[in-house]
Amino acid sequence: MNDKPEKLIDKKGLRLDGRKPDELRPVKLEVGIISSADGSAYVEHGKNKILAAVYGPREVHPKHLALQDRTVLKCRYHMAPFSVQERKSPAPSRREIELSKVIRDSLEPAIFMEYYPRTMIDVFIEVLQADGGTRCASITAAALALADSGIPMRDLVVACAAGKVDDTIVLDLMDTEDKVGSADVPVALMPNLNAITLLQMDGILSLDEFESAVNLALEGCKQIYTMQKEALKTKYVNIKEENKEEAEE
Amino acid sequence: MPIFFEKRQLVTPGDLVAEGEYIAGENTYSEKNKIFASRVGIVEYETKKVDVVALKAFYIPRMGDIIIGTITEVGFNGWMVDINSPYPALLRASDVLSRPFKPQKDDLPQVLDVGDLVVGKVVSYDRTHDPQLTVAEPGLGKITRGQIIKVTPTKIPRIIGRKGSMISMIKEETGCSIILGVNGVVLITGKTLEDEQLATMAILKIEEESHTSGLTDRITQMLKEKKTKQEENKNE
Repeated sequence: MNDKPEKLIDKKGLRLDGRKPDELRPVKLEVGIISSADGSAYVEHGKNKILAAVYGPREVHPKHLALQDRTVLKCRYHMAPFSVQERKSPAPSRREIELSKVIRDSLEPAIFMEYYPRTMIDVFIEVLQADGGTRCASITAAALALADSGIPMRDLVVACAAGKVDDTIVLDLMDTEDKVGSADVPVALMPNLNAITLLQMDGILSLDEFESAVNLALEGCKQIYTMQKEALKTKYVNIKEENKEEAEE
Repeated sequence: MPIFFEKRQLVTPGDLVAEGEYIAGENTYSEKNKIFASRVGIVEYETKKVDVVALKAFYIPRMGDIIIGTITEVGFNGWMVDINSPYPALLRASDVLSRPFKPQKDDLPQVLDVGDLVVGKVVSYDRTHDPQLTVAEPGLGKITRGQIIKVTPTKIPRIIGRKGSMISMIKEETGCSIILGVNGVVLITGKTLEDEQLATMAILKIEEESHTSGLTDRITQMLKEKKTKQEENKNE
């Protein structure tokens, strides 16, 4: 597994897993799968498998963390020890703590924080299997879980990455592309308000390349957004359809 | 004044539901003359107003609400009550005793202890203070018997039905007395366990299918079927 592939894009212009440069990995979204949580979501983004659960708003513990004018959003991004090839220590690493903060910052603009002062919203994100682009998939999952829990939101948040691999700008990097490729640009978007809530860059890109990478990532976000909406709706539509069948019988 | 959805269509947070001279109602917000949904729910358009009936939400206290809560803590001069909301409620001892409270004489845990259930009314609440309850009104006070179920608070109006059609139907069919706490806690007291179970089943079914049409008829039918079945079992 550790041998680097020489070329990330073959002669036909296809990538390691046979995708075109502007193609997403298959995405599967599901909502409301943890019944004891107030809201939850499960995301499969290529080989990434991520669970998100939301609790709250609830009383703040410890009490001194409470804010008088807004709610406190707490995020915990965590990778399971078995989520990667080599066992990852379950203790939160530097990277996980940073990602928790980055995810919190990208979700906060979407929530009406000032509605419920002196409360706390907990978001737990558990990565069961990782294959590049977990922060984006985590944001997508967490936003779904927040919407599912009935917390008022300005908009859903979707995230997707783009990057540069073998001198081509490609959408939605997987693990090998992320490590061997030359740049990675994760973008989180609130699609209806057309506002970007997360924009990072790892690697080197020229100004033009950066712009086309961001635009490509935004296109990817919009594709995932339609699936996100669909996932939220299916939870309720299923019940409706069952009834119709009953009525027909 | 364009609208972007049909009546009773499912929307998700951020969906643009209307534009122009509309008033943003429940679970919506407006920005630059545009109205967006802020929760997953069903849109309702009135002549001048747009509402989203949320499919899932939590309880936020309002003055005058009748709620059902659990005592979580006995304090020096009152109790803390869990009212199924982000905020805990306060119940004062003098209110329950309906006379001034004397710490030397009165033993609070004897009046209400941790785990006891009360029907109360919210008398005060705002952003900066936790809600305060009262039980000094007819129909309020400690619950002694019956069954408790929890539903999403937004479904309570659906359980009541149009002009109380749904709830009075369930009461009639099962012979139970039902108290609906606005905070999503429901108390069912019936003559027999079977009656209570029947009412519980009906309410849980309403919660699950609240957004579908023709629900009252379906619930009536279900209750009647189950009742005849129960009677058959008894006769055997």
